[in-house]
Amino acid sequence: MRNRTISTLVAALAAASLLAACGGDSRGDETTAPAEPAASTGATASAEPVPATTEGPALSGTIAADGSSTVGPLTTAAAEAFGAANAGVQVTVGISGTGGGFEKFCAGETDLQNASRAIKDEEKAACAEKGIAYHEFLVANDGIAVVVNKENTWATCLTVDQLKAIWGPDSKAGTWQDADPAFPDESLKLFGPGTDSGTFDFFTKEVNGEEGASRSDYSPSEDDNITVQGVSGEKGGLGYFGLSYYEQNQDKLSAVQVDGGAGCVAPSRETVQDGSYAPLARPLYVYAKAESFTRPEVQAFMAYMIDNATALADTALFVPPTDAQATEAKAKLAAALAG
Amino acid sequence: MRGRALREGSFRGFLYLSLAVGLVALGALLVQVVGDGFSFLDGVLFSNPPSANPDRAGARPAILATIWLLGLVLVFAVPVGVATAVYLEEFANKDRWHNRMLELNIQNLAGVPSIVYGILGLAFLVRGIGLGRVLLAGALILTLLVLPTVIIASREALRAVPGSIRQGGLALGATPWQVTFRSVVPAALPGIATGSILALSRAIGETAPLILVGALTYVAFDPTPLGAFTALPVQIFQWIGRPQEDFRLLAAAAIIVLLGILLTMNAAAILVRNKYQRKW
Repeated sequence: MRNRTISTLVAALAAASLLAACGGDSRGDETTAPAEPAASTGATASAEPVPATTEGPALSGTIAADGSSTVGPLTTAAAEAFGAANAGVQVTVGISGTGGGFEKFCAGETDLQNASRAIKDEEKAACAEKGIAYHEFLVANDGIAVVVNKENTWATCLTVDQLKAIWGPDSKAGTWQDADPAFPDESLKLFGPGTDSGTFDFFTKEVNGEEGASRSDYSPSEDDNITVQGVSGEKGGLGYFGLSYYEQNQDKLSAVQVDGGAGCVAPSRETVQDGSYAPLARPLYVYAKAESFTRPEVQAFMAYMIDNATALADTALFVPPTDAQATEAKAKLAAALAG
Repeated sequence: MRGRALREGSFRGFLYLSLAVGLVALGALLVQVVGDGFSFLDGVLFSNPPSANPDRAGARPAILATIWLLGLVLVFAVPVGVATAVYLEEFANKDRWHNRMLELNIQNLAGVPSIVYGILGLAFLVRGIGLGRVLLAGALILTLLVLPTVIIASREALRAVPGSIRQGGLALGATPWQVTFRSVVPAALPGIATGSILALSRAIGETAPLILVGALTYVAFDPTPLGAFTALPVQIFQWIGRPQEDFRLLAAAAIIVLLGILLTMNAAAILVRNKYQRKW
């Protein structure tokens, strides 16, 4: 009896694994094709990334990337396209957050670090202490969209001072009128990212003048889609998140223009690229550990990511680097490759 | 007389209402998830790695890793858990202080939040003994997580075996060892199997401890025990947070797969119980 019981158990497990092995094929024939980022994402993929070709012996090895959950999808898109032409190279991407990622990076546990801000002084110190040298590459841009409910007809443009009056650590603003006497007496419902987020760090630094300084009586969420739902469900709702979340939800939300001192500017790829969407536009970085960068597969991957930055950014819904940024990144890459 | 009928009727109504809360919630969840995810529940989901393009994204590494985790947890947790239960129930002298402390600790461990196990795994397995952020570390942490549940369920099953079985065996001249392994444990096996399968069901839904020991979100290759890994709940978590609507539908499809594995395991537990259960 004991044996029969055990064999039933094994059969049950086998059934569960069969479940994973079967399945039809209804999402098209492209499934067997090598995975190069395609234009069918619904994003405006203007250019296909060039399949990564390798000269000489096939590359192999593993590349461990971790860090910002904002930058993660970009590195993932690069890893996918790169892997299609370099099957021997295994790239993994984690999303520990920019801060959590730097902790691993400076402990020498990862090869690449995705960062939605530049490395901080204390992180530089931590890296230096462990003898971790690195190269910094700008890979894309991102804008922070400030969004309101579709029924909000009054707030089409907010100055940074108004945003600070709403979001500042000492803010008591309970209605829109408290931010601007011209606004109606509609109660203010605030939504935003959690305090572990790089977006939170950036927004609080640019708007409130001090990183991490924010009023705390808002609805925080690590999932920006929750913020989308919250703001679209409250007439007096106000929230902020990465530009791509606004672009994907334009039918549900309105983005307000932001006046950083030089007039009202709406967030868009163009205004983020040309720097006019100030101060809520930021560059995104990938840091490569210098020791790892001596390996050919890491060099090839970074070169691929920088050479195809525009196409990859389009695929993964990022704002591509400007021409000047791209030129600088290529120069840095060449310098790093030269040693 | 009428008052009693009324009381009985309203209590019965309350019981039905309680039952309905659970069933309606589960039903609504199933309808919502199946409605959202059905269009993405196809071969691509099972055969492709994750992708930046939702049309081509699948969860093959995550599904395989979840099956790996299940298998490894089964291999680690069940023998150790059953052996512990047999010792505590059949051999341990319950008057000794160290056995009582052991029992108390196991009861307490069953209630420890899973994230605490994750921190233990990061400090002890990943960094302490330098195992690294690999699938095996995740499996070991899930093993520790479900071990108390396996032990408690196995003890309950052993305790349900009537004392007359043991006494009968001993009276016929069998040694305690023979009685335990030829009579008591086989009689308790259906209960042990059910408890173990339900404990494993808990393990496959865990996300937090796996993220701490290093489950990643993009792994394009099939997992191995000593390689980097992801898992279905982690993959679902990551897809839900993406800006594109399609990724959320994909997450719903992955949830259906996870529910499918879970329900299959629970069904297996019920089958095992019904087939081998004995009335004494």
